[in-house]
Parts: sequence; C-alpha cells; structure tokens
Amino acid sequence: MDRNQAHRNRRRMLKGLHFVGLFLVMSIICIPGLWIILNSFRPTVEIMAKPPVWNPSFTLDHYRAMFGGAGQGGVPVFSYLWNSIVISVTSTGIAVLIGMSGGYAFARYKFSGKSGYFVGLMLFRAVPGVALSLPLFIVFAKVGIIDTHFGLILVYVAMNVPFTIWLTDGFFRQIPKELHEAAEIDGCTRWQAFWKVEFPVARSGVASAAIFAFLTSWNEFALASQLTRSVGSKTMPVGLLDFTAEFTINWGGMCALAVLMILPALILTFIVQKHLIAGLTFGGVKG
Amino acid sequence: MTEVTLSNVIKRYGEHQAVHGIDLEIRDGEFVVLVGPSGCGKSTTLRMIAGLEDISGGEVSIGGRVVNDLPPRERNISMVFQNYALYPHMCVRENLGFSLHIAKRPESEITSAVNEAAAILGLEELMDRKPAALSGGQRQRVAMGRAIVRHPDVFLFDEPLSNLDAKLRTQMRVEIKKLHQKVGNTIIYVTHDQVEAMTLADRIVLMRDGHIVQVGTPLELFNAPVNTFVATFIGSPPMNLLDGVVTENRTVRLIDGQELPIPSSPRESVQPGQKVKYGFRADNLSPVGHGVSDEGETADIALRIDLSEPLGTETLLFATLASTEIQCKMLNPRPVTSGETMTCRLALEKAHIFDAQTTQVIRSN
Repeated sequence: MDRNQAHRNRRRMLKGLHFVGLFLVMSIICIPGLWIILNSFRPTVEIMAKPPVWNPSFTLDHYRAMFGGAGQGGVPVFSYLWNSIVISVTSTGIAVLIGMSGGYAFARYKFSGKSGYFVGLMLFRAVPGVALSLPLFIVFAKVGIIDTHFGLILVYVAMNVPFTIWLTDGFFRQIPKELHEAAEIDGCTRWQAFWKVEFPVARSGVASAAIFAFLTSWNEFALASQLTRSVGSKTMPVGLLDFTAEFTINWGGMCALAVLMILPALILTFIVQKHLIAGLTFGGVKG
Repeated sequence: MTEVTLSNVIKRYGEHQAVHGIDLEIRDGEFVVLVGPSGCGKSTTLRMIAGLEDISGGEVSIGGRVVNDLPPRERNISMVFQNYALYPHMCVRENLGFSLHIAKRPESEITSAVNEAAAILGLEELMDRKPAALSGGQRQRVAMGRAIVRHPDVFLFDEPLSNLDAKLRTQMRVEIKKLHQKVGNTIIYVTHDQVEAMTLADRIVLMRDGHIVQVGTPLELFNAPVNTFVATFIGSPPMNLLDGVVTENRTVRLIDGQELPIPSSPRESVQPGQKVKYGFRADNLSPVGHGVSDEGETADIALRIDLSEPLGTETLLFATLASTEIQCKMLNPRPVTSGETMTCRLALEKAHIFDAQTTQVIRSN
C-alpha cells in the first residue's frame, strides 16, 4: 500500500517536472515571437519604456505607417513580399526537383565515387554562407546578376540542394525496391514507376524537404543583405533594415514587418504539418 | 503455349559468379519450384527470368521468344514478391487494377477483370482497404490477385510464403495450388523450404552454389537422390548417412565394425575398399513389426533408443549407430523408454550407397 502510494507520488512528481521542463523550453522558443507580435501593436514609447509597461495599450499605428507612403515611415512591403515569394518559391521548386532526383539516384543506383560525392555534398553544408558572401558578391557583380531575383535564386538553390538530397535519399531508401520492380513488371517504364509509385509513397518526405528549403530561403538574411540592394530584389528579412536609421531603430515598424514575414511561413507550415510529421517519423509507423 | 527455356544462363557480379550456366526447360502450364539453401542462385535466376536482373551470359526465352534484353513490362509475366510489394498508397481495388490502368484498357474491362480476380481469391470485402489495413495472409492474396489480373504467360513467385506464420503458410500453399489448377499457367516458384517444394511442384529444380544439382518430380528427388546433398535436403527428417568401407563380401563395414548388406542395385558397381556413405530414410528403418514389412531384402539392426518423439500416428526414434545420430520411424507406436534396445528392420531396396569422395550416388551400371 505504502509502496504503491510512493510510486504514485513519484510518478506525479515526474509528470509535474516534465511539464515544467516543457514549459521552460517552449517559453524560450515562443517568447521572442510573442514579444515581436505584441510590440507590433504597441506605441514606440511603451516598447522603450523603463520600467516596462505591464498594461499595454493597443495601436495599429505601425502597420498604418508601414503601408503608408514614403513620407510617413512606410516601406515597400508588397515589393519585398513579392520578391520573397518569387525567390523562395522558385528556389524551393528547383532545389526540390534537383534534390529529389539526386536523392533518388543516391538511394537507388550504384555508381563509382558514390560515397565520396555524398560526403562532399554534406561538407559543402559545413561552409558558413557568410564566408561566401564576398566571393559571391564579386562574381555576381562581374557577371551582372547582382541585385536580381535570379542571383539570389541561384544561391538558395545551391544552399538547399545538398540538404534536400540528404533528406530525400533517406526517404527513398526506406521504400523497398520491390515496389518499383513490381510496377515495372506491371507494365511501367522506370519513369512511370517513379512517378506513379515511388513518388506518391515518398510524398511526405518530399514535402518535408520542400518546407525546409522554403523556410531557409524565406528567412535567409546574411547573403541576401549582400546580394540585393534595390526595392526590385530585396527580400523581407533585408527589408527589416529599412527601419534602422543612423541613430534610431524603429522597433515597432520592424516588429510589424516581422509579423508579416512570419505569417506566411506559419500558415504554410500548418498546412503541411500533417505531411511534415508523417514525413519525419516515416518508417517508424509503416504497416 | 508458354514454355520457358534457359540455356547456359550465367550471372556475374563483378568477379563473383552467382549462377553458373544453367540449362532448364519448363513446359507450358508446368509448376516448377526452384529450391535450395540461401545463396544458391535461385532468386537470381528467377529475377533474370523476370528481367529485374541483367543476364551476364546465355539465353532466356519465354514462349519461344528470346527475352534477354527486353524490359520486364514486355515479357508478359507477373511476379509475387516475398514482401508482397503492394502499392501502399492505393487501395486493394487500385492495386489489382494498376497494371490494366497502365496498359490503358477500357474502364469496363478493368472493373470486370478486377472483380473476377477478387472473386477467385475472396477479396470482395477488402476492396476499399489500403494494404496497411490488411493482415499478412490478405496482403498475400492481394499480391496474387495483382498477378492474375492481367492473365500473364508466366507467374513468378519469389518466396511468397516466408513472411507468414506456419498455419497460414500451409493454408496459402493450398490456395496457390488451387490457383494453379484454376488458371493453369506456367508457374516458376522459388523457395528455400523443401516442404513447399515437395507439396507444390510438378517438377523440382534443386540448386546449390549457382548450379542445378537435380531436376525431377518430387518423388524422383525423394526416392532417387543423385548425391548426398539432395538426400539430406529433400525429405524431413533428412536421410540418415553412415560412413563405411565396402568389404570383400559386398557389405559395408561401418566405423564401429558393424556390417550392413549392400542393396542389390549397386552391389556390382562398388569396389572392395571403396569408402562410401550408406544412406536410408527414417521411414525405411523401423522396429520389427512397426512399419517396414518383411517382404524384399531386409537387414536387422539392434539400436539403443536415445530419444523418442511421439507424433500420434507415428513415433520418431533417435538412436546412435556407428557414432552417428540416426532417426527411424515407428508406425502403430507403443510407448518407448529412453535407453531401451530395439531390433529395427531396414528395407534394403530403399537404401542408397553414395561415394564418400564425390558424394554421388552409386547405382547399377
């Protein structure tokens, strides 16, 4: 009886600790985001107030100003949004196509130097992007693709392909090779077998790879800030810099733009989250 | 008419040769089982017939047409895989109809073909389920349904029952045999289980190390094995083999000095002093009055029983003869105690003499 009680108490205590731990971790992850959202609705004086104002007032001034003309502290939000969408979607599409083909080749075919190529691709990921910014800047300037959508798309494709290959390789590896063999016996060409059988089965994996590639491109700042300069090509993260002046930073405006930047990524992630979870736990639950 | 002919078929993986020049003729409508221990090249051979594996040498023809360089889809075959290889994103109906959809057959034809296959295999209730929601036996049936739906020339089965439990395996074995009787196509079936081979095959092809060891009906392989490998691989329990030397009186002296008479058929073909293996099946050695009849040539051996396994209609007895563990069968069994000594009778005409060096059987010239 006493031992049962002791066990029960211990289990309750562990459950409580577990909860507290989760709460702490989630706070660390969520509070900065929450802070951004809250501050985008507060007047600048309150953001900067010391001691902090605990009972904040609500204002849409920052959003109004942001969408307002150049004289009222506005920034070309729609241009930045458009640039971000074009660059992220295109680079994700290309990176997934190339990465998926690469992943499939690594998973299914034997060729000489296979592991060498694979390790090489992964090593490429180890190079910090910023270290490449200067050489890229010079090469792009010479070639004449600096400050263009194309230039940034090229960079993001190069950044995302190795990771996409690595991720999709894992998914295709988990699909038994008998599936495409069965499809070929059933009358498919190798190409049909891929699109009708293996691709649909690996769909979750490809969706995960796509969302990762999209988020990387969507959020990337370091290279974009070097390689873009005009309204015609600046992405949202670079656009945030518009709120910094020589001596001041418009925190409220910056937060408002940041919220606009977070929203599409958040919505997209929610839409594909079923795939994302299925994709990342693929194999563990296969019947 | 769909015969399958293999002539001097070779498979090499780099330096390693997996299949060494196989010749085999499979008749139309025949059920042929390729059997052998793992790594003997049976699956590779099947995959070469299917077109899933390149042929390094020789010729494979299906229905008189050389198919060496044809892709699987042009060979008009279907295959059932060990892990079923059902398409996980399609329901049973879509799985069954997939090949017909690929062939762009009219919808009405697909529906009737799918329904027909479903009726043959009793899948009507499961048509809208995904493979993940099926049991092992049901998946197996869907895989078979997918194979029969397109009326192929040849069915290929690659160890289709190895993922099932023992009871289901027996049940599915019967279903496969029934299916063959119903559709009558040529079937090539790969397994490592000699019981499956014995029960299913019209002809068994026994392979080892990339070579064909013996081809024949199940009873031919059982009753007339060409060497000790066939003798021990086919039949359960495996054939008892005792080492010995041929004496001047045409008997075999076992290593403990005991002598066993040589059966009449190879009696004139052995040489005194020749080292041989004396082989007989458990069924052909039984305690006097419990199985082996007195007709024909017999020999009596006194055996001390180490262990007995009562199986109901018969009891399997384990004894040691000339330092070798042997098994014999007792029909109409009575209780046996360990350590009991029994006189057992050996049916000599069912015994085999193998050359100890070459392991080949010695028969009359």
